[in-house]
Amino acid sequence: MTTIPVPPSQPVTPELARDNYLTYTRGIWSWLFTLDHKRIGVMYLCGVLSMFFVGGIFALLVRTQLLTPEGAVFNDNANYNRAFTLHGAIMVFLVIIPSVPAALGNFVLPIMLGAKDVAFPRLNLFSFWLWMAGAVFFILVLVNVDGGLDTGWTFYTPYSTTDGMAFGGVLWAVIGVFILGFSSIFTGMNFIVTIHRLRPPGMTWFRMPLFLWALYATALIQVLATPVLGITVALLFMERLFGMGFFNPALGGDPVLYQHFFWFYSHPAVYIMILPAMGIISELISVHSHKHIFGYRFIAFSSIAIAVFGFLVWGHHMFTSGQSQLINVIFSAITFSVSIPSAIKVFNWLATLYRGSISLNTPMLYALGFIVIFAIGGLTGLHLGTLATDIHLHDTYFVVAHFHYVMMGSALIAMIGGMHHWWPKMTGRMYNENWGRFGFALVFIGFNVTFFTQFALGSQGMPRRYATYNGMVLTDLYHLYHVISTIGSYILALGFFVTAGYLLHSIFAGKRAPDNPWGGRSLEWQCTSPPPHDNFKEAPTVGDCYDYSVLEWDESQQGYKWREDIERPGNPHVSGKDGHA
Amino acid sequence: MTQVPMEHDHHEAGLHGHDVHDAHHDHPKELGHHWDNLNQQFEAGKLGMWLFLATEILLFGGLFCGYAIWRGNHPDIFAYGSQFLSVKWGAINTCVLLLSSMTMAMGVTMAQRGNKPGLIICLVLTLLGAFGFLGIKYVEYSHKFHEGLLPGIAFYEKPSDSHIWVEIEEQAGDQQETSIATDVAESKEEAELQMARADLPVMPAAEATTNEPAAIGPSGLNQSRVVQEEETYRVFYKEGRIAAQEDQAAMAEYAEHPEEAMRELEKHPLQDPDRPPNAQKFFTIYFLMTGLHGIHVVVGVIVILWLIYLTFRGRFSPHYYTPVDCGGLYWHVVDLIWIFLFPLFYLI
Ligand code: HEM
Ligand SMILES: [Cu+2]
Repeated sequence: MTTIPVPPSQPVTPELARDNYLTYTRGIWSWLFTLDHKRIGVMYLCGVLSMFFVGGIFALLVRTQLLTPEGAVFNDNANYNRAFTLHGAIMVFLVIIPSVPAALGNFVLPIMLGAKDVAFPRLNLFSFWLWMAGAVFFILVLVNVDGGLDTGWTFYTPYSTTDGMAFGGVLWAVIGVFILGFSSIFTGMNFIVTIHRLRPPGMTWFRMPLFLWALYATALIQVLATPVLGITVALLFMERLFGMGFFNPALGGDPVLYQHFFWFYSHPAVYIMILPAMGIISELISVHSHKHIFGYRFIAFSSIAIAVFGFLVWGHHMFTSGQSQLINVIFSAITFSVSIPSAIKVFNWLATLYRGSISLNTPMLYALGFIVIFAIGGLTGLHLGTLATDIHLHDTYFVVAHFHYVMMGSALIAMIGGMHHWWPKMTGRMYNENWGRFGFALVFIGFNVTFFTQFALGSQGMPRRYATYNGMVLTDLYHLYHVISTIGSYILALGFFVTAGYLLHSIFAGKRAPDNPWGGRSLEWQCTSPPPHDNFKEAPTVGDCYDYSVLEWDESQQGYKWREDIERPGNPHVSGKDGHA
Repeated sequence: MTQVPMEHDHHEAGLHGHDVHDAHHDHPKELGHHWDNLNQQFEAGKLGMWLFLATEILLFGGLFCGYAIWRGNHPDIFAYGSQFLSVKWGAINTCVLLLSSMTMAMGVTMAQRGNKPGLIICLVLTLLGAFGFLGIKYVEYSHKFHEGLLPGIAFYEKPSDSHIWVEIEEQAGDQQETSIATDVAESKEEAELQMARADLPVMPAAEATTNEPAAIGPSGLNQSRVVQEEETYRVFYKEGRIAAQEDQAAMAEYAEHPEEAMRELEKHPLQDPDRPPNAQKFFTIYFLMTGLHGIHVVVGVIVILWLIYLTFRGRFSPHYYTPVDCGGLYWHVVDLIWIFLFPLFYLI
């Protein structure tokens, strides 16, 4: 057994801050060809946020169009179709799916493990290049190559396969999706192997931070579901280019088969989006209420349960596509069962909050916002999973509201919360808390105004994907709701601009961040902010990553440090019997 | 609570020592900077490879699923189509791949033992197997192409020897397709269209015409479905039947070798009264699955060449042969997939 006396934490000096991963080498090529997981994570983050901006512009166009029943923006309905298609496709494939695993996960995962890098750094860089290549294809579609894309993000056949129905941009977009799929698969493989093989001695599976459990479950889905998407879009490609007839009844094919293939991936894909977000929330809730996470094993296992169940419910997207009644009932029942592990997580977070000493920092506000929004999003999922109600609600704004509550309100908000949480670690700077809280308020209010209205809109029967809604029985009512929703979306956009503003400002003029600004126990808070090239200057202490009793506030560095009256213990598990199952 | 030790004592204990301070100590050049020892790296590489192979299986899994569904829906098409595949060539190819898998496995053993000449011989033999497989596949494919047994709508297009088609048209004249011979181009097309439709599954056409499109969907939806379908039929029937008639040169050629052309003709499925509708479906799936498999074989060839190169460079030793092992795993999976493709297409 070895016991190492801990050097007293040093205040952040300019000398120390200089040797970090950001300044380790210089020049654009040192970034584009880097093997450092932290830089790759940061590049993903930049890429994802830029695509978020592009997707957001399309969202605002779509919302503005719906300000009047005749349509306020596009004089050609085909352009409206292009706008919502690009909005959806960009947000799903280029933003939300890579946001948490590829951007934040890449940065945080190896550090949380106390490792120097992911298992396969070259593969990691390759995934990033694939992501960029995929983005290039979407940008081609964006500039309307071959007429652009107007099928909706789901590429349903026969729209997508029939010339003259959908524009030729389908081919390009589909290549993009294929490439992005492999980017996602390689990231998932990398994470699984890293978690299996690079855990330090002493960190057993059940001592891992819950974010790692979530990333692990996510990676399983990425590896097991994405290949099916790959082959699906490959079939679509062949069908459109060579008239293969897989999905064309005139040639003995079956269009509903496409929907099965697509949702077999895309339902698990929604868990690729939400699971890592839930992992972030588990960290945020516990750290910012300075209280041990409640029900660790339940949260860990529920991640795995969600990943497994997620593979069995895809049919709930096809209740009205002519499936047999028996299959509908089965899918409906399994859909309900998915909500059990989701609810387990929510209750455990609430129990963690109970009697914690909560600091309402910006990341915590986002985490609390997540719980509210996810509860609404998940519960409305049950309305949609119920056969009788879904017949009415399918393809209305109710569905739009549901999936924005879970994808944008939950997955993306968790990602933004996580970004605030790890921002000091990534950039070495603190942002302005007050602006952070203000930005959150705008985002939270704007989001709910935008999308809660859409539940009402949808339950009144307003169909989704309509460019205009004049001449309907309820046009006046729809108009009112659409106006409210559009105003909400402007508030939301303002919130994001505020957030972008103070975050950018912090990079240039923010206070220097301490090593541990929030009082986290997981290993990333033990290295300097920003971390050095190899992550750790001194070996981190592996322990119960949710036990905050050993930390105390240190006024001199405006952060947390190890309590002086507690000796930092040695490692009783050196024998190697523990911790690497 | 434990602290990661900073001494080296945990190295004796297990493979997973995790020390940030001994980066330069005992660090062979094959070892990435973030690993502690070769064994840890080897295990990780292998786990990664298994995961990758899982994705490969799933990629094909989608197609196997499609196969099952299409076969379940149209067993007649599969029964009919498989008679055009040559069991002999398929079986030979299966043996070739199995043998190459064996030489690959022997290669891994050679690598483990550090037997460099043995490793090279095994890899070269495997490579020969791969080329043999591709060669036989080439023979099979070009035969199919020659006979016009093509995937998708290409099945209905003019085959490369147009004289067969002339004969088809002449014979057709004797049978129920007389109307095709009509000179007026429009009515000819009309008749063809009818014939084509008789061939194809009945569509709920009435429903499609009476219903207005429900949504302001993607542009083009306004076109009624029937118009769409007729357009499709036109495209793939016109090509084959009319273009061939105009091919005078081919007709002359036909006059020279009539028996040969007749023999070819009788074999062609488009001419076969027992052909089930949509027989092209079988060839679509056949080319797709074996084609994807073929691409994997080509990738395998590249991998084996790269392994041979690395072996010549002396990169492998009994302590480090991860690439050989992973390449071997890949090759076995390619083999395994063929083991399923062979009976599914050739035998049942
Ligand atoms: C908690 C349990 C959930 C249940 C029970 C549920 C249920 C459903 C059902 C039944 C539908 C089909 C509605 C229809 O088209 O008629 C649906 C649509 C959708 N859900 Fe969920 N869902 C849940 C969570 C999530 C999560 C976490 C996400 C994403 C992060 C998500 C994303 C989506 C999307 C994107 C669609 C619509 C896709 C489209 O048609 O474009 N859902 N959900
Ligand atoms: Cu779903």
